[in-house]
Amino acid sequence: MIVSRRWLETLLSRSLEGKDVADRLARQVAPVDAVVPIHQDLRDVLIARVLEVKQHPNADRLSLCQVDAGGGAALEVVCGAPNVQAGKTYPFAPVGATLPGGGGLKLERRKIRGVESNGMLCSAKELGLGVDHAGILELDTQAPPGTPFLEAIPVADDQIVIDVSANRPDLLCHKGVARELAVSLGGTVKLPPLPTPPPPKAPVRGKDRGAVDGVEVRVEDPEGAPRYMIAVIRGVKVQPTPAWLANRLQSVGQRSINNIVDATNYILFEVNQPLHAFDLARLRGPAVVVRRAKPSEKIVTLDGVERKLTPEMTVICDAERPTIVAGVMGSAESEVSESTTDVVLEAAYFQPTRIRRTRRALGVSSESSYRFERGIDMLGMPEALGRAIDLIRAVAGGEIREAPLDIWPEPQQPRSVFLREARVAHLLGVPVPRKEIERLLSAVGFVVAPREERMAVQVPGWRPDVTREVDLIEEVARLKGYDTFPDELRPYRPTTVPEAPSEITLHHVREHLVRSGSGLLEARTLPLGPADGPDAVPVQNPLSAEEAHLRSRLLPGLLRRVEHNWSVGERDVRLFEVGTVFKKAPAGARPEEELHLGIVLTGARHPQHWSDGASGERAKLPDMDIWDLKQHFELAVGVAAPFCAVQPAPDGAGWVAAKEDATGEVWGAATPLEADAPKWAAPLYGLEIKIAVGQPALFRYQPLPTQPPVVRDLSLVLPAGVTAAAVADVLRREGGSLLERLEMLDEYRGPGLPAATRGVTWRCTFRAPDRTLTEQETNAALDKMLRAAEATLDVRRRSA
Amino acid sequence: MSDLLAALNSLRERLKEIPQADERRLQELKTEFLGRKSGALTDILKSLPALDPEKRRTIGGAANVLKRELEDAIAQRELELKRGATSLAAVDLTMPGRRQWRGGVHIVTQIVDEICDIFKELGFTRVVGPEAETERYNFYALNFPKDHPALDAQDSFYLGGDVLLRTHNSPVQIRTLEAYPPPIRIVVPGRCYRRDPFDASHSPVFEQIEGLAVDEGITFVDFKATLATFVRRIFSPTTKVRFRPSFFPFTEPSAEMDVQCQICGGSGCAACKQTGWMEILGSGMVHPAVLENCNVDSEKYTGFAWGMGPERIAMLRHGIPDIRLFFDSDVRFLEQFI
Ligand SMILES: [Zn+2]
Repeated sequence: MIVSRRWLETLLSRSLEGKDVADRLARQVAPVDAVVPIHQDLRDVLIARVLEVKQHPNADRLSLCQVDAGGGAALEVVCGAPNVQAGKTYPFAPVGATLPGGGGLKLERRKIRGVESNGMLCSAKELGLGVDHAGILELDTQAPPGTPFLEAIPVADDQIVIDVSANRPDLLCHKGVARELAVSLGGTVKLPPLPTPPPPKAPVRGKDRGAVDGVEVRVEDPEGAPRYMIAVIRGVKVQPTPAWLANRLQSVGQRSINNIVDATNYILFEVNQPLHAFDLARLRGPAVVVRRAKPSEKIVTLDGVERKLTPEMTVICDAERPTIVAGVMGSAESEVSESTTDVVLEAAYFQPTRIRRTRRALGVSSESSYRFERGIDMLGMPEALGRAIDLIRAVAGGEIREAPLDIWPEPQQPRSVFLREARVAHLLGVPVPRKEIERLLSAVGFVVAPREERMAVQVPGWRPDVTREVDLIEEVARLKGYDTFPDELRPYRPTTVPEAPSEITLHHVREHLVRSGSGLLEARTLPLGPADGPDAVPVQNPLSAEEAHLRSRLLPGLLRRVEHNWSVGERDVRLFEVGTVFKKAPAGARPEEELHLGIVLTGARHPQHWSDGASGERAKLPDMDIWDLKQHFELAVGVAAPFCAVQPAPDGAGWVAAKEDATGEVWGAATPLEADAPKWAAPLYGLEIKIAVGQPALFRYQPLPTQPPVVRDLSLVLPAGVTAAAVADVLRREGGSLLERLEMLDEYRGPGLPAATRGVTWRCTFRAPDRTLTEQETNAALDKMLRAAEATLDVRRRSA
Repeated sequence: MSDLLAALNSLRERLKEIPQADERRLQELKTEFLGRKSGALTDILKSLPALDPEKRRTIGGAANVLKRELEDAIAQRELELKRGATSLAAVDLTMPGRRQWRGGVHIVTQIVDEICDIFKELGFTRVVGPEAETERYNFYALNFPKDHPALDAQDSFYLGGDVLLRTHNSPVQIRTLEAYPPPIRIVVPGRCYRRDPFDASHSPVFEQIEGLAVDEGITFVDFKATLATFVRRIFSPTTKVRFRPSFFPFTEPSAEMDVQCQICGGSGCAACKQTGWMEILGSGMVHPAVLENCNVDSEKYTGFAWGMGPERIAMLRHGIPDIRLFFDSDVRFLEQFI
């Protein structure tokens, strides 16, 4: 909502400062988005009087003027306007002035048809004050020549842009904003008087139908239009709007159309009553019927678009057809035009939900629909209509022959809400005396009356948002000023809600990965993307086809992030992400949400160091390979799903993490990844695993050994098809409690070994907790391990 | 014989090379002097048997002394190299040290943790809820009227029926109020979704931290105090705050909280639109209708709630100009915050 500072000044009968107004509104009323000065760009323009007008010697259409611009000697100025007259006053731009729309260029002294012009007399258009450029702007001012234009003519203004929330329709007009400002500034709000003959008689009440000045009015849809008023004004003259009215509208960003339409718009911005004026001559009947639209009924709206209506919409019709989509937009056929002499003026309250749905269905909105949607002041309609009639008669003439008709089948009384002084203190934390409460509430139009222990507060019609006690308490807090309340910490009781286990788990997973020393960086990717699997949940109204599904896996998103890094020339990328993925659920149910951990790895295993002797050739640095992948997979499984074992994938493409129970349920997988990689990129690996939420395992103390270890290296020859894991299992089993540790040292294939076999060396560490192991004991243990390996797997010791 | 003595002397001269040698050079020297096959000293010792006894004794004695000295020096140097204790004169100490990759959590995660930890000190526990919600939890139980403009489908991502991606973390308020009796003090981090196209300050997906306190006797003063304390902790103890009227269906009175502009310090700049203030969170006293929707006695219990954007706070505090940087996962960006 844009309000004009000057307009507020008129209502409050005092001068205001734009930034101060904005600050007061922000602190007590509503957020202010901006304060935009307008017409400040006219600061160089002066008031000047033309002393003499002569014909230009070389051009018929130009004149030479002697101009008094306050500088002492008269200036010679060339002027092309036909309306220039000696003795009159005009805006004058001296040499060196900058004008609006001139891109900051300074006006130069220059020759026009051989005669030097010392400045320029300006038209309204040149000053950005209107569209009239047929002649220069004749001013009606007593200010002496040389006075700055902005001091003499009240056009400089500030547009204050207020972010009005949906619950405060009363702030959608200048009167409402001024009412709030008056609380902090003092004073009262008074609408400027209009120079009109005495107002017409009070409106005549009707139940559901009536007639006014020959026009039949019938409300068949009282649900859609609970209150509906019509006035007929005859004998108006449609013409351009007077400057003061056009300027007012321009100051809030509205284009002037004609005096009738502008008058209705003015009332809209002044008191928040949308009005519709239509041409009586074009009204068949003449009748005005308010009803629901019929199925498939059509109307061509003001913007020239044919729109299909539904019975969910209210329409205003004449005797034959719809002429207006109620509260939203009229039709070209019924609008006021230059030939209009008799005007039908409508002031209505349309049901907010109905308007919102209609507006949404038709995809059009207007200043009126915006206000009807939020709820206008149903009780203030007669006053607003009366003021509109006065204004139209002031700017367009015309007369009212009959009192307006007011169809209000179920009249409403102002609402009353009870308020307890104790409850105010209970919620706000500091007592607010009853007198103070009354003062604050009455300042914005509430009427407070004592009712036993409580206060009965009558809510003004423009505050549809105030329906219960707490709404009044908010008013008290707001008008008192939020800043006036203390902010000291007071004691509180401990919460009953435990920490979310999943948050503890995720924190643990992140910390574990970051501390692993692999240099993993946490990524946060978009959970929206293209479908990444059969379980991906589609979004019904995506922003784009590329973001039309929720992720069911983390890896595709991480892969795109690796590609992004490649695209900026980064070769070493190690990312992890922990986050929610979504899986399809039966229609209408919420999708299943799981927590996953994903890791992508590519590039060098270590940063380069000069002592590595690679001579700057990156290729000599070791890149991460499948064993780095396995390392990270084991790391991930250990922290995310510790009850799973890492096993070769059945298809041999990598590893899976499978639950170590009868189900063997697979929780995650690790594989090399295919990607759109630049030539210089290293191989890419990825893994993903479901995170089990639970307490991390508790570490239990193991007594530190007191006896020395015995270390033996064992080189074995493994026939084809025998896995290292199978051999290690046998060795561990047979080594029993004496075998403390079994580490793989080396794998060898090649000369010296039978074809299709390989040599694998393990380092065995033996230790007994209570004694030093003897040579014989160790040998016996090794022997037992070797015999079992040979017997079960045909694995023999490699000869030296 | 003088040849052998001269050879021994020139070998002794080279002793001083040993403390300077790097690992490779040391091996070379070792082979050159003491190599089993053709080491210089080895050769001299091999030639001893051919000499007459007196010379053998003289030269042999000198050669063995030198051999010990060489062996000691080499052993000493080997130890030094192993320990990394390098002679200061021999290396360029300005050369870079060895590096390791460094990992770290995302800056947004860091901010979320920091914020939650501050509230933890104020007695709040950290809880979460689902990202896909029903309209009841996302809107109606939070006192949104059925035809509130926020319910426009164009503002939310719908998944089918009345299921949508939550537009704020407030549904967790409802889930908590339904599951636990007061006193309740919770902070709720998590992802939210709004149908805003990406630009420098908007993202269709963003992080939010919601908070809720409900108990007997909680007032507007407690609300202001808790949030002001938070702001002074996350920015600085002297940061000024102000509370302004606002509107949210689920709070009343509603407020927006501004902090003193972190760029100009309050004197006014382009970032704060010359106001000296920056909006940081939306908040208010819990609307009694929300409590009533969860069967909590709204006469007995009161509370406050708030919601804030950790990405925005990270941008303000760290001078990050574009919200999209958080989602790019550019390693050059991520590494700046670890
Ligand atoms: Zn600033």
